[in-house]
Amino acid sequence: MSTTTPKTAFWRGVRDSAPFTLVAGPFALLFGVIATEAGLNLFEVMTFSLAVIAGAAQFTALQLMQENAPTVVVIISALAVNLRVAMYSAALTPYLGRAPMWQRVFAAYLLVDQSYALSHQKFEAEPEMTVPERMGYYMGTCLLVMSVWYGASLAGAIIGSALPPQIPIDFALPIAFLAMVAPALRTLPHVIAAFTAVVVSLFAASVPWSLGLIIAGAAGMIAGAQAEQWMERRT
Amino acid sequence: MSTLTLWIVIISLGVGSFFLRFSFLGLVGDRPLPPWLLRHLRYTAVAILPAMVTPLVAFSNDAGTGPEPGRLLAALVAVAVGAKTKNVLAAIGSGAAVLTLYILVTG
Repeated sequence: MSTTTPKTAFWRGVRDSAPFTLVAGPFALLFGVIATEAGLNLFEVMTFSLAVIAGAAQFTALQLMQENAPTVVVIISALAVNLRVAMYSAALTPYLGRAPMWQRVFAAYLLVDQSYALSHQKFEAEPEMTVPERMGYYMGTCLLVMSVWYGASLAGAIIGSALPPQIPIDFALPIAFLAMVAPALRTLPHVIAAFTAVVVSLFAASVPWSLGLIIAGAAGMIAGAQAEQWMERRT
Repeated sequence: MSTLTLWIVIISLGVGSFFLRFSFLGLVGDRPLPPWLLRHLRYTAVAILPAMVTPLVAFSNDAGTGPEPGRLLAALVAVAVGAKTKNVLAAIGSGAAVLTLYILVTG
């Protein structure tokens, strides 16, 4: 079954992405609730969600701002958590790199886990797709996911202002982060990276300006990379 | 947090995230990245997120000297369910359920 025009490719993208709204929705909802509880108003919550579109990075920034971490540390940490989108960008470049610049700018803004995962799989499976067809499919995968992302952020911000204060919503963030990391511990180097970061963060907790986070994060990344190299040499 | 700080963070993250996403698609083209860089990038999320959460769990009691039992339990359950099921939402749900139950039982 081949896609024939950019338009049909677009609608196939829309259909393929439908199940992924179930993943994006709750995250945006949770962000809306927690950000509102942290004192952000509706306009601030929506601008945040629209400008960044990255759950983990938004949660990271929110958590560190509540701890009164220095602004530079907030920004570096949140961007570091979001570094994977640069890898997605690299992975899609062979397929979309020849599209017009304005389309690539638009595509870059919309690059999230879902649009990357669906499109990369599709482009690999159907190498005969033309660049306009690929771009059509890619934009299709974004339509529902982004609509749900914006809508659920709004719903969360409205719910957040109505939640009773005795709910321990401050601990929702740590739980959400742990839940995001656990499934990513696929290989031994991933486990070693996480374990190193945990141990170092305990010792570095008293380092001023929240730099313990950067130190522990860097230690984890180096440990993971070293472990990977070591395992490659052994095989 | 002040309103000014918040807007600096929102704008910096908006611009920064865009350039992370645009980096290769728009600027680098087809040239490959050095392998050592890719090797480190693979582990950013699994390193940074635990580094941030660990102190929040480990020093979660009122005095900030050790873990609060309910939160420690909720954190461990979230990791266990996440690792076992590979399902992020199931992990969040079970962690939240454990913490809620703990608060209801212990008052």
